[in-house]
Amino acid sequence: MENHERELEKMERSEIIQLVGSRISSEILRTPEKIITADEPLISSGLIDSFSLVDLALQVEDLFGVRIEDFELNVDTFDTLFQLSDIILSRIDQ
Amino acid sequence: MPTFTSVLLDNNKNIPDKIILHLQKAGGEDLHISYKELIEGSSRYSYALSKSGIKPGEVVVIILQHGLDLIYSYFGTILNGSIPSIMPFLTEKLLPEKYRHDLNSLIEITKPSGIITFYEFKPELTQLEDNSALKKILIVEEINQYESKNGENIFSGLNRNPDDIVLLQHSSGTTGLQKGVALSHQAVFNQLESYSKAIKLSEKDIIVSWLPLYHDMGLIASFLMPILRGIPLVLMSPFDWVRAPHRLFKAVSDYKGTLSWLPNFAYNFCAKKIRKDDIEGVDLSCLRAVINCSEPMRFSSHQMFIERFLPYGLKASALATCYAMAENVFAVTQDGIEKPITIDEIDLETFQKEKIAKPFKESLQSIKMISAGKPIAENRVRIVDDNGKDLPDRHLGEIYIQSNCMLTEYYLRKDETQRSLLDGWFKTGDLGYIADSELYISGRKKDLIIVGGKNIYPQDIEAVISEVEGVHPGRAVAFGIFNEDKGTEDVIVISEIESLDSEKGNLISDEIRRRVTQSTAVALRHVLLVDEKWLIKTSSGKIARSANKEKYLLEYVNIITHD
Repeated sequence: MENHERELEKMERSEIIQLVGSRISSEILRTPEKIITADEPLISSGLIDSFSLVDLALQVEDLFGVRIEDFELNVDTFDTLFQLSDIILSRIDQ
Repeated sequence: MPTFTSVLLDNNKNIPDKIILHLQKAGGEDLHISYKELIEGSSRYSYALSKSGIKPGEVVVIILQHGLDLIYSYFGTILNGSIPSIMPFLTEKLLPEKYRHDLNSLIEITKPSGIITFYEFKPELTQLEDNSALKKILIVEEINQYESKNGENIFSGLNRNPDDIVLLQHSSGTTGLQKGVALSHQAVFNQLESYSKAIKLSEKDIIVSWLPLYHDMGLIASFLMPILRGIPLVLMSPFDWVRAPHRLFKAVSDYKGTLSWLPNFAYNFCAKKIRKDDIEGVDLSCLRAVINCSEPMRFSSHQMFIERFLPYGLKASALATCYAMAENVFAVTQDGIEKPITIDEIDLETFQKEKIAKPFKESLQSIKMISAGKPIAENRVRIVDDNGKDLPDRHLGEIYIQSNCMLTEYYLRKDETQRSLLDGWFKTGDLGYIADSELYISGRKKDLIIVGGKNIYPQDIEAVISEVEGVHPGRAVAFGIFNEDKGTEDVIVISEIESLDSEKGNLISDEIRRRVTQSTAVALRHVLLVDEKWLIKTSSGKIARSANKEKYLLEYVNIITHD
């Protein structure tokens, strides 16, 4: 567990983006071959529908142990993997 | 004979301080609204409508987000004797041009005299002001400046007759918005009378809901019924709930809720997507019925739900089912009130091949059908074949219904109204069978996809796809396939494209996904691109949805069952 935490702390933004992106492709969109780019809109584009927003939060929690609150699940807080990685990075640091 | 206005004003007179509505908003305090406040708040809207020359019997379209303004404008329209119709608000995800197109479909057919919306939304509507029937676009922020008017004599709604149309209900999408179900005061009261008896509604009840008000289950069972019959209602926004499904259970526990209606997918969604931490300490023992309604009901969804929430005090006996439709105001049948739901285990092969629900004995595979119950009072159900001839028990056929709470008409659509009725019976387009007087629903005859309780017309999706570059116009088909894991349908799209080049194909497939999600708010499960001549056509050259669905299941079913 300690190792896991140390790994998380060292994690680069690009790794976070890659990890979340592939989780979304495989677990939410169910099209594992799809590559989601860092600045591709997720919510405003309709890639992720409202039924899957909770899923997204749960996946992030599962991967990094950080919680995205329900009121954050909208375009104002984040719409791309890049913005999402900001939130994740700021919470891993804490 | 009562009308909505007379009932609301009676409650205002007799029990003005009774809290009838607890309105929840994520991040805010709950609002507690009494009948007096409800009438006062609504009277501003009634006054504004009347001042704008909007008369009783004229339609008012309401485009507002979930909240107090929506509720006050709804009842304000009724107090003015006008006919409210709620149009879903434009969310960030929807394509503005598609939304405008849908709105135009609604306006052209329904010919509203007024629209109530937010200030920020007015620019979306300016092109409508040339519409001859439309007298005024009313802005919530301006109406809220008015003083409330609370005096009985000012409400034109008092002069309405029980047989007059009180409200319109629409399904979503272009097709749905062109068919407004028009209901009379009397029809709604008849439904509430029969349905209250069926669910044994009493003063001890408290209803908890997250359902949108533009849907019959949300509007009738979880909004109008409690408010008209004096049963307290705890209401939250569907927007908040879908992001935090535990809020429903928190509200049930906090307010000692006794009744809640959910579409089937919500059973799976709640069972799987709620964190343990979020419902720590909630007590669900107060729930006497959780009623599954509005999309095909699954035994497995019930199992999943009860297993997950049994430790929180949920009683297995609380599981209930209902078969309902806007055209009948709401419920046709009900099961599971103070009794377990009837389960009919049938032989799968006979059911699929011969369309007969033979009780399961020793055959290879069975399916557990859950009953939708017996008809509520003043409602009758028949099962008929393709020629409208009655079928014996346990034979699968189309469900026809007749009641004292049927629609007056599809608003200003004589053609659609005539098409849907036969000798006073409403042809539901749903498929089912009757066994021991109980109704079992198995699917639909008409092409309609239901995702998370929301009706989606495949022709709307197909129209959107036809506009994607590289797709043969008119050569696309959309249909639903039930996903056991989610407890609702997945949407599949098959489209014939000009060249099956894989790079181009990926772009086309992405574009199809993007446009469909933006126009229907639902993500596609699978986009299958095929070459010309793949799709099966009818003799008249139209694309046959069910035949193509069968073909897809035969050729590609592995993709679906894989996960």
